[in-house]
Amino acid sequence: MGTASSMLTQYDIEEVQQHCNHLFSQQEIVCLYQRFCQLDRNAKGFISSDEFLSIPEFVMNPISQRLVKMVDGLNFKDFVAFLSAFSTKASAHQKIELIFKVYDSDHNGKVSFKDILEVLKDLSGSFMSDEQREEVLSQVLKEAGYSKDCYLTLDDFNKVLGQSGVKMDVEVPID
Amino acid sequence: MNSKGSLQSSSSELDLDRPNIEDYLPSGVAIQQEPRGKLRLHDLLDISPTLSEAAGAIVDDSFTRCFKSNPPEPWNWNIYLFPLWCFGVFIRYLIIFPTRVLVLTIGWIIFLSSFIPVHLLLKGHDKLRRSIERSLVEMMCSFFVASWTGVVKYHGPRPSRRPKQVFVANHTSMIDFIILEQMTAFAVIMQKHPGWVGLLQSTILESVGCIWFNRSEAKDREIVARKLREHVLGADNNPLLIFPEGTCVNNHYTVMFKKGAFELGCTVCPVAIKYNKIFVDAFWNSRKQSFTTHLLQLMTSWAVVCDVWYLEPQNLKPGETAIEFAERVRDIISHRAGLKKVPWDGYLKYSRPSPKHRERKQQNFAESVLRRLEEK
Repeated sequence: MGTASSMLTQYDIEEVQQHCNHLFSQQEIVCLYQRFCQLDRNAKGFISSDEFLSIPEFVMNPISQRLVKMVDGLNFKDFVAFLSAFSTKASAHQKIELIFKVYDSDHNGKVSFKDILEVLKDLSGSFMSDEQREEVLSQVLKEAGYSKDCYLTLDDFNKVLGQSGVKMDVEVPID
Repeated sequence: MNSKGSLQSSSSELDLDRPNIEDYLPSGVAIQQEPRGKLRLHDLLDISPTLSEAAGAIVDDSFTRCFKSNPPEPWNWNIYLFPLWCFGVFIRYLIIFPTRVLVLTIGWIIFLSSFIPVHLLLKGHDKLRRSIERSLVEMMCSFFVASWTGVVKYHGPRPSRRPKQVFVANHTSMIDFIILEQMTAFAVIMQKHPGWVGLLQSTILESVGCIWFNRSEAKDREIVARKLREHVLGADNNPLLIFPEGTCVNNHYTVMFKKGAFELGCTVCPVAIKYNKIFVDAFWNSRKQSFTTHLLQLMTSWAVVCDVWYLEPQNLKPGETAIEFAERVRDIISHRAGLKKVPWDGYLKYSRPSPKHRERKQQNFAESVLRRLEEK
C-alpha cells in the first residue's frame, strides 16, 4: 500500500491529467490513485460494482444503484474522468452534462418523461406514490414550457439548470 | 401497504440497535438548507447535492478509513540513512528475531509443561487449579509481549476480580487481548478463529473462561448472551473483557459499540488502548494478513509501544438506554486514547447497511417536494 503512490510515474500522472482535461492537480491524482487502489481490493485494475457498494456512505445514497451502473468496472483513468466533473475547476457545463447522463440511462441523447420519473422514484422511494410523482412532474414541466411527450436534450438541461448554476464540488482529501 | 408496515417495523428495530448516523456525518450533508419557494423544473432536475454526496463517498469515506492500514513512513531512501536502515534490518531479522523466537519457545515449553499436568492432575481442586492456570496464562502472555519487546505503560488502578462488572476496550488487534491478559487474566468474548489460534481458544483459553462465537451464526448470539449473564454473576470468575466494536479498527477511529456489554446490568470499566506506531503498525488487517503474518511482522520490528488506561468504572444512569450508555463509554475511551468516533457498525465489513438511512433521505426529499408544490 505504501508503494502505491510511487508506482505512478510523472508520465502516468500527466497522461491521466490529460485524460481529465487537467481538472485535477498532480497531487490530487496521486491521492485518487491511493483511493482507487484501496477500493480495488484484489488489485484487478478496475473497481467492480460490488466494491463500490462496499462503501456504506455510498450505498445510503438514493441514486447509488443508478450510479453504480455508470461507474461499474472503471479503470483508473475513467475513474478520474468520472470524478473530474466534481472538481472545483470543472465548468458548469460539464457538471450539467454529468447530471444529464444520470438521467439518460439508455444513452440515446435525450431524456424522456419516463426517465425523469425513474430518477424521481429513486429520490423519493416509497414516500411518494406513482401518481403523485407523475402529477408533480407534469405540472412542473408544463410551467417550464415543456409537455409530457417532450424529450429534453442536453441543451434543455443547460437552459434549465444553467441559469442559477449547479453546486457540485467535491474536494479530494489530500493527506 | 402491508409490506410497507413490516419495512417500518424492521427499521425501527434497527433504530434501537445503533446510534444515529446523521449525528456524525459532516454537517454539510446532514443539514441541507431547506429549499424554499415554489417548485420549478430546475429544482426537480437538479440532483447535484445527491450526486456530490455520492462522489464524496467514492473519493473518501469514514468507514473505509477505519480499516486502513497505516503504511510506515519511508525514511530510509537516502544515501546516508540507507546503510543505517540495512544495519537495522540485519539486527532485527538476524539477531532480534531469532532471540525472540527462542524466548517464545522457552515460554511455550515452560507453559505447556506446567499447564498440562496442572490441568489433568488437579481435577479435584478446582480453586487451586484455576488460580494456577490463571497465573500460567498471564505468564504466557508476558512471554508473548516480550517476543515483540512490548513497551506497555499501564495507567490507573489494576482490575480486580468481583462479580457484576465487565471491562470494555477498543480493539486494534488480537494482541490487545495479550497485552491486557498479561496483567490480569480476563475472560474474553471473541470470534472463533481457524488454525492454531482456534486450537488455543478451545484448549487453553477455555480454562480462563473465554467465550467465543461465530459472527455469522445468528443463534450463537443468544447462547453468548446467556453465557455472559451466567459468567458475570460468578464471584470467582475471571473479570470479563469485551471488545464491543466486534472487529479490529486501525487505532485512529472507534466504530459503533455493540450494546450487548451494556445490557448486562453490570458496572462497565472502560479500558483505552493506544498504540504508538513509531516502529510498527499494530493494526491487524484480517483481510490482508493472517494472524501469524501479523505476529511475525510484530516480532521483526524493534518494539511495540503502547499505552493502556484503566478508566473510571461507569454505571447506567437512570433513564439512559443501553445505546446511550454504550455511546457514553465510547466517548470516554475515544477521548482518552485520542480516537475519532464514527457511527458505523464494524460488521458492515461483512454486510450492507440497512435501507433505513436511504429511506430517511427519500422521505426528506418527498416531503420537501410535496410541501413546495403547494406553495404558490
